[in-house]
Amino acid sequence: MARFAAGRRVRISDRNEVRHHRVPAYVKGRTGVVERVCGAYDQPELIAYSNSGEPPQTLYRVRLKQKELWSDYDGAPADTLEIEIFEHWLEPA
Amino acid sequence: MNDNRPEGIGPHDLGGLAGDPLDRSEHDVTHWERRVDAMLILLMRKEVMTDPAQLRRGIESLAPDVYERLSYYERWAGSIAINLVEQGMVTQEELDQRIAAVKARGEPA
Repeated sequence: MARFAAGRRVRISDRNEVRHHRVPAYVKGRTGVVERVCGAYDQPELIAYSNSGEPPQTLYRVRLKQKELWSDYDGAPADTLEIEIFEHWLEPA
Repeated sequence: MNDNRPEGIGPHDLGGLAGDPLDRSEHDVTHWERRVDAMLILLMRKEVMTDPAQLRRGIESLAPDVYERLSYYERWAGSIAINLVEQGMVTQEELDQRIAAVKARGEPA
């Protein structure tokens, strides 16, 4: 069951982890909108350590505004970036 | 090497950071690079390694200065070694001895 529905504003956690994880630094702490719920998948952050990766974790496609990501962004204000983020990295915003 | 990497962020996590221009020059794949590639395919076929996430994680766990210095397939080789030692397929001592023996023969380790 997905915690966040499409259209919901979410914040990507800014916690730092030394372990392998699927959130690049440039989106940590940023706020965006759930573009879609992608489904549930075995977790690569666990598989990376030779675990099974179960239980499956919900994956979301999150849409961020380019202008909010890059202070010197000079493209169109409506430009967006979409990135897929697992649920345990998302918070309500 | 980036000089503005925030503290605590791995050497692989470069998105958005200023860096040197990319070297886009191509080179022919060398024999040892093919062997590293083949080794990973065989390890996955035998389910010793089961997912590219394991390779990725091993690469990310290389020391930052090592990560910066190694080429693409050298990182693969380093990660495969990390995974195999963790799983007890080989010991670090066995690896070290073998590398020393190959070096002594005057071949690339």
